[in-house]
Amino acid sequence: MTIGIVSYGAYVPRYRIKVEEIARLWGDDAEILKKGLMVLEKSVPALDEDAATIAVEAARSALARGAFDPSRIGAVYTGSESHPYAVKPTSTIVAQAVGATPDLTAADFEFACKAGTAAVQACMGLVSSGMVDLGLAIGADVSQGAPSDALEYTAAAGGVALVIGRNESELCAVIEDTYSFTTDTPDFWRREGQPYPEHGGRFTGEPGYFKHVTNAAKGLMKKLDTKPEDYDYAVFHQPNGKFPRNAAKMLGFSKEQIAPGLVVTKIGNTYSGSCMMGLAATLDQAKPGDRIFMTAFGSGAGSDSFSITVTDRIEEIRDKAPKVSELIRDPIYLDYGQYAKHKGKIRFA
Amino acid sequence: MSVPRFWRNLGSRYNLEGTHCKECGEYYYPPRDTCVNCRRLGKIEAYKFKGTGEVVTFTVIHTAAEGFEEQTPYALAIIKLDEGPCLTSQIVGDPEKVHIGLRVRSVFRKLGSDGERGMIYYGTKFIPDEA
Amino acid sequence: MRDVAIIGVKNTKYGELWDRSLRQLVVEAGIGAIEDAGVSGKDIDALYVGNMSGGRFIDQEHIGALIADYSGLSRNLHVPATRVEAACASGGLALRQAIMTVASGYGDIVIAAGAEKMTDVCSSEASTALAAAADREWEGMAGATFPGLYAMIARLHMHKYGTTSEQLAEVAVKNHSNGVHNPIAQYRNKITVEQVLSSIMVADPLHIFDCSPITDGASAVVLAPAEIAHKYTDTPIYIKATAQASDTIALHDRRDITTLDATVVAARRAYEMAKVGPKDIDLVEVHDCFTIAEICAIEDLGFAEKGKGGLVTAEGETAIGGRIPVNTSGGLKACGHPVGATGIKQAAEIVTQLRGEAGGRQVDGAEYGMTHNVGGSGATAAIHIFSRNR
Repeated sequence: MTIGIVSYGAYVPRYRIKVEEIARLWGDDAEILKKGLMVLEKSVPALDEDAATIAVEAARSALARGAFDPSRIGAVYTGSESHPYAVKPTSTIVAQAVGATPDLTAADFEFACKAGTAAVQACMGLVSSGMVDLGLAIGADVSQGAPSDALEYTAAAGGVALVIGRNESELCAVIEDTYSFTTDTPDFWRREGQPYPEHGGRFTGEPGYFKHVTNAAKGLMKKLDTKPEDYDYAVFHQPNGKFPRNAAKMLGFSKEQIAPGLVVTKIGNTYSGSCMMGLAATLDQAKPGDRIFMTAFGSGAGSDSFSITVTDRIEEIRDKAPKVSELIRDPIYLDYGQYAKHKGKIRFA
Repeated sequence: MSVPRFWRNLGSRYNLEGTHCKECGEYYYPPRDTCVNCRRLGKIEAYKFKGTGEVVTFTVIHTAAEGFEEQTPYALAIIKLDEGPCLTSQIVGDPEKVHIGLRVRSVFRKLGSDGERGMIYYGTKFIPDEA
Repeated sequence: MRDVAIIGVKNTKYGELWDRSLRQLVVEAGIGAIEDAGVSGKDIDALYVGNMSGGRFIDQEHIGALIADYSGLSRNLHVPATRVEAACASGGLALRQAIMTVASGYGDIVIAAGAEKMTDVCSSEASTALAAAADREWEGMAGATFPGLYAMIARLHMHKYGTTSEQLAEVAVKNHSNGVHNPIAQYRNKITVEQVLSSIMVADPLHIFDCSPITDGASAVVLAPAEIAHKYTDTPIYIKATAQASDTIALHDRRDITTLDATVVAARRAYEMAKVGPKDIDLVEVHDCFTIAEICAIEDLGFAEKGKGGLVTAEGETAIGGRIPVNTSGGLKACGHPVGATGIKQAAEIVTQLRGEAGGRQVDGAEYGMTHNVGGSGATAAIHIFSRNR
């Protein structure tokens, strides 16, 4: 059976804060940070945006692009580490707002930055088993970085929705296979009731990100008997600009293969949206027949790898919704005070 | 606003679901169960609005209503939907960009919340339609 | 139907009356009006009280009973008391109910009162309470405030007719100038156009000085059948018309956002009933909750061509001594706007003027006066015409 992507949609808030502005507040050296993180600025939600509104906008964009009847959606899974409610699903909000209710199942996912791709895998399972016709998988976040923490330079806002289906004629990309590599690795967490996450500093790198990304990627290529050269594009989770570049290099992917999907430089790490944002940006320009290799990473820790082949249908639907490049142009820059207000870092009581 | 009171109109708030009178052709948003023109003789059916329209008039609120204080200054407008009816909504983004006649389209945003512990109210606002 | 006259009036001081409660205020106004009329409590057949939001301002409903009780009309006399609510037009509608009671013969001596105690809550709570006069679900939920709704009327009026912020400011300047001569007025100081324009912006284009204030106060009038009015007073003032009209609760559903159709229709009904036209009216108290509201009101009542309300104001036609003096009391802007009381205060002002007792703000030789009381952004309008002559 062929499983794949029927449509995709992305959303990025219009507001940005530059690395310089955050560095100015904390007395850090912006030039060193920009060089080290390979991030210039990050997206910030509007005062009236959160992971749910971003998920809805991304899902509506996917619906506009795919132009199918929303009642066909049989499952909505939203992955986020910043669900607006601790208890009460984001996915029901999304399902209602896209007109998919009530004939469906829904739940929220959390797996740090890979909750979105975990949702994709769950939808793949439901679709391929025939339990549902279409599955809507979303990764959306308004991620939190504690004031002055290193994460504050990259923790951004954005989301991507993928519609997963099995009807070959309506797929814009076929997902050939997926493979995951998961261990219990406490590199990053946020305790219940805490506003900001904690992380293991440099421990997040080698035993966290790189171990899981490379093992998942190698595992999938072994399973499919493919090599980096078989792919036109590659996308890796991008917590900053440096990690995905290093991971690509370690696995043997070229700079050119990862370039289209490397959106972190201009919008930061959109967490559950991060890797999927890179995929959306790549689909925005891929040609029919192109192959895309994608590996997401979520702290805690695990990686999901996907092997994807673009179909002819991409040309028909691509322009029916905004491309990532269109979403991220024309930003409105905030100073730190405005940013603090937007992120709710100013307490009123 | 209480949970059931908000929930009752969720479809209208999320998706601009209104009504249409098949008898006289008038569209209603917010929805009406009784046609203003035909009254009991009207034939009301559900109708989902496209979400595009233009600004009839607007203001920039500097002294906000309770619950909207942190959003000031914000643009509030009367928007005429392309199907005919008018509604009141915020225009998100830079209030300076809002003018009478501005084309707008609907977006999904937070309308407010019942404090830090209560329910979050989601719904429709509008944004300049640059397309 | 019987002709009806007003035989007694009384306003309390209007303002931020920290040491006075709603019941104290309304008793003061009620007893004052009874004394002015020279009637006794035993003569009173019914009491109507306009009150917009006792529930939200002082957490008290059943205002009719409360007021009858504390006026001494309950335990021994058991006078029927009814609260009337139509947002800021509550007072005007209470008057109308009282008029209909006397005209129909159900009662002879009837009190129409209005009262609001607004300063027991903080200003943001007061704003929220007032915003309940708009459509809570489809205007309030979007972040609309009352100044915001009237600002949208102002913006479109400016766009369509070229009305200016300066012309809006002239309304406030004139009403403050009138308020100087009204001892009950909340503000008795003159202001300038520059002061209005440099005051803080509330909802663009309306500044804080374009807005009526938050006010405590109560007013009452005593009504009697015209045929017996001379028993009580040498100067009964006759009700020539009472009219009321409705429009959509939400501003966005109106036929024309810059016209209050409820005002237009109620005015037409009132003019027909009184058999007079705008030219016969010597002075008018209009509902200037915001400066733009007075401009729309004088247009919709027929005192200015549509779109020219700002112009005629700036040219002084609505000042005392002008063609049609508007808001000699100082209006809602300077006299203050205890929302439920305003409609009654407007009637009391016209009665005072037609009696020739208005002192420094007297309009000489006035024969016909009019009141115009609006609820919400124009969903309710109550209009009354009064005359010295039966």
